[in-house]
Amino acid sequence: MPSPRSFTNQDVSLRTRGHIVSDVVAVVAVAVVFWLFVELSQGLAEPLDQVSAPAEVSTDPVNLPYYAARSLLRMFAALAISTLFAFVYATAAARLRRAEKILLPALDVLQSVPVLGFLSITLPVWLLLFPGTALGLEFAAVFAIFTSQAWNMTFSFYQSLITQPRDLDEAARLLRLTRWQRFWKLDVPNGTIPLVWNGMMSFGGGWFFLIASEVVSVNNRAYALPGIGSYVAAASRNEEVGRLLLAIGVMVVMVLGVNFVFWRPLTAWAERFRAGDTVTVDQQRSIVLDVLRRSTIPALVARGLRPLGAGLERATRPFGRADRPLRVNRSRRRAGDIVFAVIVCALIAAGLIRMLMFIGDHAGLDEFVVAAGLGVITFARVLVLLVIGTLIWVPIGVWIGLSPRVTRFAQPVVQVLASFPANFLFPFATLVLIRTGVDLNVGGIFLMALGAQWYILFNVIAGAAAIPNDLREAALSLRLNRVQTWRYLYGPAIFASWVTGGITAAGGAWNASIVAEVVSYGDRTLTANGLGAYIAGSTAAGDFAKTLVGVIVMSVFVVALNRLFWRRLYGYAERRLSLS
Amino acid sequence: MVAPRTPARTPLIEAKHLSTSFPSADGSTLRVLDDVNVTLYEGEVVALLGKSGSGKSTLLRTLAGLIGPTDGEVRYRGVPLDGANPGAAMVFQSFALMPWLTVQENVELGLRAAGVHENQRRRRALAAIDQIGLDGFENAYPRELSGGMRQRVGFARALVLQPDVLMMDEPFSALDVLTSENLRGELISLWAQPDFPTKCICIVTHDIEEAVLLADRVLVLGSNPGHIKAEVPILLPRPRDRRSPTFETAVDRLYAILTGRDERSAAERAATPGPLTHPLPEASVGGLAGLVEIVYSHDGQTDLPDLADELSFHVDDLLPLVDAARMLGLLDVEGAQAFLTEAGRAWYTADILHSKEVFATLAVERAPLVGTIVKALQNSADGALRDDFFRDLLRRGYSAEDAEKQLDIAIDWGRYGELFDYDAITGELVLSEVAAAFTVMLSASDPETDEL
Repeated sequence: MPSPRSFTNQDVSLRTRGHIVSDVVAVVAVAVVFWLFVELSQGLAEPLDQVSAPAEVSTDPVNLPYYAARSLLRMFAALAISTLFAFVYATAAARLRRAEKILLPALDVLQSVPVLGFLSITLPVWLLLFPGTALGLEFAAVFAIFTSQAWNMTFSFYQSLITQPRDLDEAARLLRLTRWQRFWKLDVPNGTIPLVWNGMMSFGGGWFFLIASEVVSVNNRAYALPGIGSYVAAASRNEEVGRLLLAIGVMVVMVLGVNFVFWRPLTAWAERFRAGDTVTVDQQRSIVLDVLRRSTIPALVARGLRPLGAGLERATRPFGRADRPLRVNRSRRRAGDIVFAVIVCALIAAGLIRMLMFIGDHAGLDEFVVAAGLGVITFARVLVLLVIGTLIWVPIGVWIGLSPRVTRFAQPVVQVLASFPANFLFPFATLVLIRTGVDLNVGGIFLMALGAQWYILFNVIAGAAAIPNDLREAALSLRLNRVQTWRYLYGPAIFASWVTGGITAAGGAWNASIVAEVVSYGDRTLTANGLGAYIAGSTAAGDFAKTLVGVIVMSVFVVALNRLFWRRLYGYAERRLSLS
Repeated sequence: MVAPRTPARTPLIEAKHLSTSFPSADGSTLRVLDDVNVTLYEGEVVALLGKSGSGKSTLLRTLAGLIGPTDGEVRYRGVPLDGANPGAAMVFQSFALMPWLTVQENVELGLRAAGVHENQRRRRALAAIDQIGLDGFENAYPRELSGGMRQRVGFARALVLQPDVLMMDEPFSALDVLTSENLRGELISLWAQPDFPTKCICIVTHDIEEAVLLADRVLVLGSNPGHIKAEVPILLPRPRDRRSPTFETAVDRLYAILTGRDERSAAERAATPGPLTHPLPEASVGGLAGLVEIVYSHDGQTDLPDLADELSFHVDDLLPLVDAARMLGLLDVEGAQAFLTEAGRAWYTADILHSKEVFATLAVERAPLVGTIVKALQNSADGALRDDFFRDLLRRGYSAEDAEKQLDIAIDWGRYGELFDYDAITGELVLSEVAAAFTVMLSASDPETDEL
């Protein structure tokens, strides 16, 4: 992925090609792991109340820079952990034959689990791990952001590992590189460009979850961490419109600033890892990087770190060379595969039974039916959002994308919109809903759309901008009328982009439903019927069995839709409508 | 002049009864190498010569310990390999340099892996860079270099390790003629130095002249499955002169072996030619027409290496075309001489409609896959079949990629001969006469179909 031709954090769901059985097993496995988390925090509800975090933060603007810095720190902490996770998980999936069978379908499911579902499920455990401090909340917030970034970054790194040029792999083996050397001299450089672009995309999406995770309601108590998200929550509760606007301003500055001093230099720097000799026309440039390159600091730092690098290279020598044995004992391998599969399936089956017993005891198995019914309602909202979003943004996106001048102007705006967390606007939207008296059952669609719809626009712009000029000229010279041009050129040409945008928007909408189906402004709270409200409500009430049911049902919805709908459309687009 | 090295022939790498199979597209196995025995001795340059698909690259990679054989074993200095060969370094066709490392870092990489200390590492790398004529480029990145300079880095990276065996996988075929000639010359003079640490060179090539120019011994590989077809010692004194008659004799001889009958290949063993034993050579109808036209203008007879030279092609670039022309009976080949057949003459001199008929007849009779497709279509109820039907059949004998290629070639030939039509969207193959009748029927009932 040389440049952001597609804006999505759903690569895993679109591009993995697993068997349906492995998908089902993976869904159950992830559900069982969630149940383990819930089980861990059961019966230990007492210490939950000892967490020393206030329910609300001060809305004094003096605190805002500090809060913003804290929020930023969380974002970067999560990015660092995500990168580390991507290295380890992707390497394991690419290099260990058996692990791949589990890790890859699991990644697909994890991608489909609503991020705020992770937060609801794991929050009690984080609080219990760090009793008496707010550290548990910090970890929970960082974890929530991590879950919004990690899966896609991991998948992109995995992709780069398995599509490594064969000759480079052979050269590395014949040069007898150690595992450590191979990782840093071949694996990481080769995967840097996709990893950086994916990291940037995921980072932009992460703001939404940062804002949502800084104030959490669990077990009938609210906790707030100092941060820009909790500032907005407090300002909204106190009905301070001026301070809300101020926070939005700070947020915009932050998004632009991070882009300017971090992502832009990073993407420009990553160009050095491009393979092949083609120099791309629109080279990434960055003033910050130019300044850094002219200064002596990087060289000094590099010189300082060199002994450390050499030491690590020596220390990791015992891990062996990056080679693989030429002979495998096939019958032994097959026997091992069978034993492995049996053990894994047995563990998952046992976990499934225990989980169902737990849910039966604490909530009743018929909760699944209730949740599924609510899921249908939320699904209807997602559907309406997609249809309306498509009708509005596809024509606009094509218009922008077809005009290089407009694209050049729109692209930076798009970048900011991509990153700006829509839940910042929820207080205003709620205010409008309260004033106009619109039911949240309908208005919820609007709230969910605030963040999700943009993905349709971005991707359609990128798709339309990629239509070759000669095809457009051909359409002109053939005198196709407007309908024919859409039918034979624009439609097929942007279809894959629309699918990418659609699945991302749908994923975002499912995620947003957890915060969009229950909203409040001042002391007024609006609630809609839906699976999102079900999850949010049960978490706030400390009813973790129901939370578990809700998250599982939502994940199943998303996985099934991805598999039955989006992936097929995408496959069709790749086979039939590819421009290359 | 290179004096013949140590007369006692010390074996460095020995491969015994190597067979290699890969899983084919439909799950069964595809044999790439069949019972190959190779020994590389100290002091010799060995060329592995073969057409594409003869498994010569697979053989080299097996000797290098990059691919495990299905049967048989490879020993390096008597020790069986289970992993990359510690005595080998490889120069790749695609250079295989790490694009994110400078020239010097690339050259140092192998030393780094060996744990050589930093100062010594730098000294040895710079020496290798000097030796191969790269000084001044130490801090350049591969993408800033021309192909020839990049391959020099490839050589420096391999030679700095002072390997026993230098393996080269078509090292010059991605370079232009002058550059490759120049690099070949430098390689020969390095090899001639008495203190050159590398004891054996093994080069994979499909270029006959290159093999004769460099090698002391040429192993000719036959295809389907890959096997050693002949072993030819090249006893010419060095430096070798391409224009000398002895050189040309050697080239013609290798050419004859390469294109000659081969009783071990599946094609010769099969009782009747079929699509799985006789793959269609990768040649387009346009290419065939061009070749036949040239032979016609040479009065119906030409020496193929000369013809290649005249066209500034490698002689082996012509091979798929020549093979296709032979398969269709347009050309006869004896040794390195090609003769235009009566059929070839008839095809070339006919007007366009007639020439299509001639081609169609030849293709159905002599190109097994085309004949099979036509027969299957004629036997089907409506003269139409899905391409998947043939794809599945082909996958029993080819990898997915090759099966696709075979189908593409057959469709190209069949379309030109107006034997059958192919609709890429529906994936349907239809007999041309059926399709034609259908179109006539449609246009009779609905005049607007012309638009389609």
